Amino acid sequence: MRTRSIAATGLGFQLFRHAALGLGAFLMLAPFVIMISVSLKPSGEIFSPEFTLLPKQWHAWQNYADAFTKQPLARYILNGFIVTGSIFACQLLTALPCAYALAKLRWRGRETMFMLVLLGLLIPPQVTAIPLYILLWQLGLLNTYAAIILPSTISVFGIFLMRQFFLTVPDDLINAARLDGLGEFAIVWRIMMPTAMPAVIAFGVLSLVWNWNEFFWPLIVVQSEHLATPPLGVVFFANAEAGTNYGPLMAAATAITAPLVIAFLAAQRWFIDGVTMTAVK
Amino acid sequence: MSDLALAAPTGLARPARARAGETAEQLAAWVLAGPAFALIWILLLGPTVAVFVLSFTDWTFGMPEIAWAGLENYREMAGDAVFWKTLRNTLTYVAFVVPLSVFLGLGAAILIEAGESLRGFYRAAFFLPVVSTLLAMALVFQFAFHPTVGAINLTLAFVGIPTTDWLKNPDTALFALGVIGIWQAIGLSMVLFIAGLKAIPKDLYEAAAVDGADGAFERFRRVTWPMLGPAMLFVVTITAIRAFQVFDTVQVLTDGGPNKATNVLLFQMYQEGFSFLRSAYAAALTVVFLGFVLLVTVIQVRLQERNTHYG
Repeated sequence: MRTRSIAATGLGFQLFRHAALGLGAFLMLAPFVIMISVSLKPSGEIFSPEFTLLPKQWHAWQNYADAFTKQPLARYILNGFIVTGSIFACQLLTALPCAYALAKLRWRGRETMFMLVLLGLLIPPQVTAIPLYILLWQLGLLNTYAAIILPSTISVFGIFLMRQFFLTVPDDLINAARLDGLGEFAIVWRIMMPTAMPAVIAFGVLSLVWNWNEFFWPLIVVQSEHLATPPLGVVFFANAEAGTNYGPLMAAATAITAPLVIAFLAAQRWFIDGVTMTAVK
Repeated sequence: MSDLALAAPTGLARPARARAGETAEQLAAWVLAGPAFALIWILLLGPTVAVFVLSFTDWTFGMPEIAWAGLENYREMAGDAVFWKTLRNTLTYVAFVVPLSVFLGLGAAILIEAGESLRGFYRAAFFLPVVSTLLAMALVFQFAFHPTVGAINLTLAFVGIPTTDWLKNPDTALFALGVIGIWQAIGLSMVLFIAGLKAIPKDLYEAAAVDGADGAFERFRRVTWPMLGPAMLFVVTITAIRAFQVFDTVQVLTDGGPNKATNVLLFQMYQEGFSFLRSAYAAALTVVFLGFVLLVTVIQVRLQERNTHYG
């Protein structure tokens, strides 16, 4: 009787595994390779019909210098950090106390509140675009950082995720904290949050990735170049260069993709755990 | 998700004489959950209700007057050939992207878990597209799809497959965008399937081996496939919902063209609502979009219930 589990160990199978996955990985990574490769080349080489991985004549400095000077690319990236950072701070501030109340307190309205969270989970973000646009217009907030940030200050997904995690925290821990004289507010931030760090980080990673890459909403509410988030900035760039100056364009694409890719490669486990954590519940 | 809602206790019967501690707990709970409660109404549920209401009016953005129009927007939609084309495009896109991303993701997950070597590398490589900025990568694909110097046509020509200007040809543009969608979705389904595979108890494989299921295929058919049911349902749902939301690639690469061949629901909504400022008509399109997304969820819940009965 064989007790080895899924792992099929035949040499032929292992060859097949590496051939199939190798081809898949090649196709997955090819766009990144093309992006970086083109960002290093002068335009004459980019439009030559033979593709080489490395440029014959290095043009990296000019392309990246163009990318950062022809358009305020550094500003776009800074905006990306401002927007994603503010959004996650707000989401954490609103989600954690609510998740704690849902998981650990007994109150009238708890079931209603939880139903609202579940209802909220069903609604794709684009559905609220028109009314929120009208609301921001009425408030005179269109084309500001606030317009980008406000609609994302609440994350029902975050509430749901944190509630699931808080349910597993033993009540004794909370009762002990109460005996020590901690108020409910202090319990949320000094007891629950440190205990739930893995879930907080998973939530943070997903929030960061989503909001850094979000294009639909900033496209609607932002017109000014100096407020553009990274994806919007790249579109401004592409439009200004009429989509033909691929060297600097790919340099810009590389620069705005880099922060997330580097973060992912450095903290892969958190990214993958974050996505998985949302699924098993 | 919904079974959790049902599992939560309802209508807690309480003694009339509420202790001071309980009142304090009630108050604390409302203070803690209050901001979230308000924001969910202001930013999520309120606007969703508003979209419904708006879709029955004649409002255009910035106009001082608004009047009921009944079903006029929906009637206009039903009589508009562009809307039907948009709907057909959206459904075609979903039908193209979902099965391929789910099965390629499943294949990748099974092969990655079937061996030890290079496991981390493959997982990272397949997942990288999920975290990268779709908009930037769309521009890379635009270059890769370039008719004469793009990597895709150079490769196809080398192998001897006929080529075209994929993004400008009305017959292929939607599928070219679909390829980008699949490229980004595979990693997500792979990661979710890996989690599903890890949740399968190892002794099931041993039991199957005792029963004579020795080959890899037999083990897959008798253990892996049935046990992956819940994961499969979840992955299909999430992939389908994300496919219905396709927008970025359309907006940047094809602008809905050529000849409306890549006009999809969200893009149509964006154009009507924010370029032509026809808020009410765009609201009606949003309602249709939401209807499809909810339909996917309803189907998921139904199938989930059926599976739990027999499972």
